[in-house]
Amino acid sequence: MSSTEISMEKIDSIIDSIGTEATYLIPVLQRVQEEYNYLPKEALVRIGVKMGISPATVYGVATFYSLFSLDPKGKYQIKCCDGTACHVRGSMPVLNALKAKLKLEDGQKNSADGLFSIETVSCLGACGLAPVIVINDKVYPKMTPDAVKIAIDEIIKREKGE
Amino acid sequence: MQSNELTIKARQIEAAENVKKQGTRVLVCAGTGCVANGSLEIIKRLKEAGVDVQTIQSQKMTVVPTGCHGFCEQGALMIIPDLHITYVKVKKEDVDDIIESIKTGVPVERLLYTDPKTHEKIKKNDDIAFYAKQHRTSLSNCGHINPEDINDAVAIRAYEALENCIRNMTQDEVIKTVLDSGLRGRGGAGFPTGRKWMFTKMAQSDKKYVVCNGDEGDPGAFMDRSVMEGDPHRLLEGMAIAGYAVGADEAYIYVRAEYPMAIKRLRIAIKQAEEHNLLGKNILGTGFNFTIHIKEGAGAFVCGEETALLASIEGERGMPRSKPPFPANKGLFGQPTLINNVETLANVPLILLNGSEWFSSMGTEKSKGTKTFALTGEVNNTGLIEVPMGTTLREVIFDIGGGIRNGKKFKAAQIGGPSGGCLTEEHLDLPLDYESLTKAGAMVGSGGLVVMNEDTCIVEVARFFMNFTQNESCGKCVPCREGTKNMLRILTNITRGKATMEDLDILKELAENVKTGALCGLGKTAPNPVLSTLKYFYDEYVAHIRDKKCPAGVCTALKKIVIEKDLCKGCTKCARNCPAGAISGTVKQPHEIDQTKCIKCGVCLKNCPFKAIKEV
Repeated sequence: MSSTEISMEKIDSIIDSIGTEATYLIPVLQRVQEEYNYLPKEALVRIGVKMGISPATVYGVATFYSLFSLDPKGKYQIKCCDGTACHVRGSMPVLNALKAKLKLEDGQKNSADGLFSIETVSCLGACGLAPVIVINDKVYPKMTPDAVKIAIDEIIKREKGE
Repeated sequence: MQSNELTIKARQIEAAENVKKQGTRVLVCAGTGCVANGSLEIIKRLKEAGVDVQTIQSQKMTVVPTGCHGFCEQGALMIIPDLHITYVKVKKEDVDDIIESIKTGVPVERLLYTDPKTHEKIKKNDDIAFYAKQHRTSLSNCGHINPEDINDAVAIRAYEALENCIRNMTQDEVIKTVLDSGLRGRGGAGFPTGRKWMFTKMAQSDKKYVVCNGDEGDPGAFMDRSVMEGDPHRLLEGMAIAGYAVGADEAYIYVRAEYPMAIKRLRIAIKQAEEHNLLGKNILGTGFNFTIHIKEGAGAFVCGEETALLASIEGERGMPRSKPPFPANKGLFGQPTLINNVETLANVPLILLNGSEWFSSMGTEKSKGTKTFALTGEVNNTGLIEVPMGTTLREVIFDIGGGIRNGKKFKAAQIGGPSGGCLTEEHLDLPLDYESLTKAGAMVGSGGLVVMNEDTCIVEVARFFMNFTQNESCGKCVPCREGTKNMLRILTNITRGKATMEDLDILKELAENVKTGALCGLGKTAPNPVLSTLKYFYDEYVAHIRDKKCPAGVCTALKKIVIEKDLCKGCTKCARNCPAGAISGTVKQPHEIDQTKCIKCGVCLKNCPFKAIKEV
């Protein structure tokens, strides 16, 4: 994504609405990520300058927490739970089926069409329904390799229909 | 805003009347689990069908979305208390039949819970085996009130204990009550809560903080989420009482960002409590001020460690620091800070309301009260349970949990998440409390209880946990940063059949060194799964190393798939379906698998029409 799409005014207004003190760095990063789906490099620098924190510190915080992404994410963000409960009930076959369905190579996180991005998370707190995946904010309970394929197909169908 | 002079008692009467006006309450679980099973659509359909406006025999019906009932496996759940009916696995299509059943009082048979042993239909909540042996206290309101309506909470005595504390008790009296109750931290280490309060109160400062640790990072634990989603006012009240006792006027709740619903409901609850003058400035006209903020986490397990959590609230990388100074003396922004976990604080209002003897009458000698456990894995009834401390593992797994799924055999239970340990068959009659579990090499921890059956490879589980803690290690101290990496390397090698017996000794030595040398709780407990599995399942490690065999048949690298020449008819089906191109052979001739190419996916095994392919 080119820098022209990142609006510095937007980033400034996010910071102003939350607070310029250093303690607000994490909420600011969260809001900026909500806006752009990820944390663009230009935004990190701008946040540092505006909040009086060195860009290196901003980068340090942004890379420390797993919720932050420095790479663009897909329109549909899939979180595949691999917490203990999901793991013993077969989350790995579900993840592998997802990767195969989206044609993702090892280490690749975004589908070629940019529609989906995938990550494994450690626990979504829905252990009673293991294994689960979450697509954007929707929880899909008791997943199987076949069920995830159907879920993805449904989204693709909906996208084509629009 | 309500007038200051109105006492909580007067408000209770008003709130109870409001609840009464609702008539027959139809409680639909709107916790994360049941929402995933479509409960929001059920609520919508009930409303569309006119439940909120319709009257039955001049009595009103009201749909009440509630927090988690705990029995997530059977979601979506619905309870109609007036008729003593519990419905399970409800779908939106069932709505019309349900309304009819409320009118007639005759329950819908197919939606009642079926006992897996007796195959009987069970109507009442308390008669379901999953609930019968439980003792729900900190979770008592979850699933029975609307968490987004303060009226529901006030009607059943929310904030009564807080008012009594501020008006009639000194700070020391409050602390003494908590001390006498024997309440210990529910987040992990089990430190006596009253003592923590005492230290924070004793610290000299004009400004003090209360911090609630809602960073429930242990995979397999979701009790804190349930409290925050299902009964947020209980938590807020507990925090305010703590604030009064230690002399703090400001507080933070640190919640995982993975729990959006908990965050939303806490925000609503705080706003409503402030509007009712139960939080904020000059609470109930007593001059006591207490403001609560919410801080969203950003995904770092180590932030469950208290000093790391404080760093995170301050906007920094969530890395722990060495103690002392303890947060009670030097915590958030350098001020004395009381940090308690969600479940701990949720117990506080009950203790103040019912007295310390009530609480200490439950549990064992040194572990008082009840404990919630997130019962998951290979049991029939998964969900959130609460039992008195000292209940045995057998009761939890076989009575409440209904035994192992699919008639399999129990192998082990992992308790306390990645920081905990494994319990085996010999521990089934062990009382679940702080002392017994620590002695067995496990810990209560947050209360995640993952049950594993005979098909689970214990070495793989140990590797899984080490992979988790290694990923989450913040990298500040060497023992944890390097130790977890090397333990993971050895464990991975074992599951791949590439380790030696010497590696096993190194693994044990590393584990012991990390346990003593690491800076914070994460590192100190990270070796627990390794040490406890080495202790109880040593043979399984040896089988992987010496015999190159995985007894549970899980570790794929140790599997070998072969074609039996005599049985193979050369139909070529396996070769055509092999994703790795590892099978070769000509038509009508026996085929062969190239072991260097085989990825052990088992596709050929499943597809062979002549059962000529075997796993050895």
